[in-house]
Amino acid sequence: MARQLIKGNEAMAEAAVRAGLEAYFGYPITPQSEILEHLSRRLPELGRAFVQAESEVAAINMVYGAACTGARVMSSSSSPGVSLMMEGISYIAGTEVPCVLINVMRGGPGLGNIAPAQGDYFQAVYGGGHGDYKVIALAPSTVQEAIDLTVLSFDLAEKYRSIVMILADGSLGQMMEPAELPELRPVVRKEWDWAVTGAIGRPRRILSSIYLEPHDEEITNLRLLKRWFEIEQNEVRYKEYYLDDAEFVVVGFGTSGRVALSAVREARQMGLKVGLLRPVTVSPFPFAALDELSRRVQGFLVVEMNTGQMLNDVLLGVKGRVPVEFYGRPGGIVPFADDILAEIQRMVSSPLSVVSDPRKAWLERMLAVVR
Amino acid sequence: MQKEIIIAGFGGQGVLFAGQVLAYAAMDLGKEVTWIPSYGPEMRGGTANCTVVIADEEIGSPLVKRPPFAIALNLPSFDKYEPLMLPGGVLVVNQSMVDRGPKRTDIRVILVPANEIAEEIGNKKLTNMVTVGALVAAMPELLTLEAVEQALRGHLPARHQHLLPQNFQALQRGYEVAKEQLVVA
Repeated sequence: MARQLIKGNEAMAEAAVRAGLEAYFGYPITPQSEILEHLSRRLPELGRAFVQAESEVAAINMVYGAACTGARVMSSSSSPGVSLMMEGISYIAGTEVPCVLINVMRGGPGLGNIAPAQGDYFQAVYGGGHGDYKVIALAPSTVQEAIDLTVLSFDLAEKYRSIVMILADGSLGQMMEPAELPELRPVVRKEWDWAVTGAIGRPRRILSSIYLEPHDEEITNLRLLKRWFEIEQNEVRYKEYYLDDAEFVVVGFGTSGRVALSAVREARQMGLKVGLLRPVTVSPFPFAALDELSRRVQGFLVVEMNTGQMLNDVLLGVKGRVPVEFYGRPGGIVPFADDILAEIQRMVSSPLSVVSDPRKAWLERMLAVVR
Repeated sequence: MQKEIIIAGFGGQGVLFAGQVLAYAAMDLGKEVTWIPSYGPEMRGGTANCTVVIADEEIGSPLVKRPPFAIALNLPSFDKYEPLMLPGGVLVVNQSMVDRGPKRTDIRVILVPANEIAEEIGNKKLTNMVTVGALVAAMPELLTLEAVEQALRGHLPARHQHLLPQNFQALQRGYEVAKEQLVVA
């Protein structure tokens, strides 16, 4: 297939179709409505199901029901809409059925705005719905990566009977880049031993998230955690840039990760030994990579489009060995490479101490400039 | 090599499409490219802009604070981007929509009466293509007029293909105006 110039939202939608998406349920919200727009045309054309639900709450529960049949199903939304889905997400996690969700994040909290943001990291990585569960969260930074991760997400969801969330943001959803889509795969419904597909000739199966007997719920919680450790073992993905001889490391995911790449390149041109670690799976998080780096570099700079969320995971991974600094632009602002470069220069010339709070130090710097 | 281009104007002036044409041309030349619009409520009748980044390697930031190249299709865009231009940069200005000349002396400002040229060709909607032609004249190491024409031919929807000759004419006229100014300067 040749490279085509394609918008992130459209690319994720078409990638899902080609990966065998059988049914989509969703409700429009900026900046991800192109996903629905594309699927509303494509899925019926292929004889598959597209439903514009009456709300996000309805959409996620339709996903829940359809996922129980073993079909490849998904929904997509943007921050406020994903919040509405949280109850259904917890039920899906508790029922252990696979599905794919795309969150094209925008500025929040609340109604916020429609500009790109990364404020839903905690929600995706540490739950959001009630109960003990984890979702696999993938953070693409380019349109090509968004395509590849969308395809991968269906495989991961089925492999682990898990929710996979694509954590994108408004700028990736709206931007166009040349990218290559995979071939259209024929839909092959697998014979899952858990799916409810009609029980003629076999014992009936029941899919539910209700375990009235606490002992059964406890066993379920332990089974989920055991599966999560397998996921942590097998599925951590990240990209490294200029890390071989790096003395300082910038960590960023998605859009802030790619902007940081520009800053790191400029820093390299100035002779600064700086590299970039860009987590592709933010859940499971690349703790081992951070552990290794923290033994040989002098400091980290975490860059996010929020007030410091992945920062917590980096601090966990670095274990206080070296200073970790933070630079964030919350509320719908995409940082410029120049701004991150300035932070790199500041870190290299006068790093924080290990004991100082990187979020507080950042807030003080921000309040002096942003009025 | 990496160069950034910002195109700005009123909604309806073809800002986003002008950027896409440049992006298609760069992609067809085998370059890496990003195109990102400003999006939001302000697009409805307000100002619109898009950023195109063209590079030989994986592109980091799709946005740029200080562009080396820009097109300002109206006065608010001229006012906004003139101070932000990288020294030595090239700013193409739609002269038909501004009432002043450049303030900076360390950038090249190309003034193109794009509305009038488009109207002479017979289609007011070609204003954007006139300025794209002018910009291409200022970045020979990046794009050629032929590449942009080829991009239009290859990516303009079938229902608009009959407009190709007019589009080519608009590109050519803008290109010539810019060439003249670049020679004088």
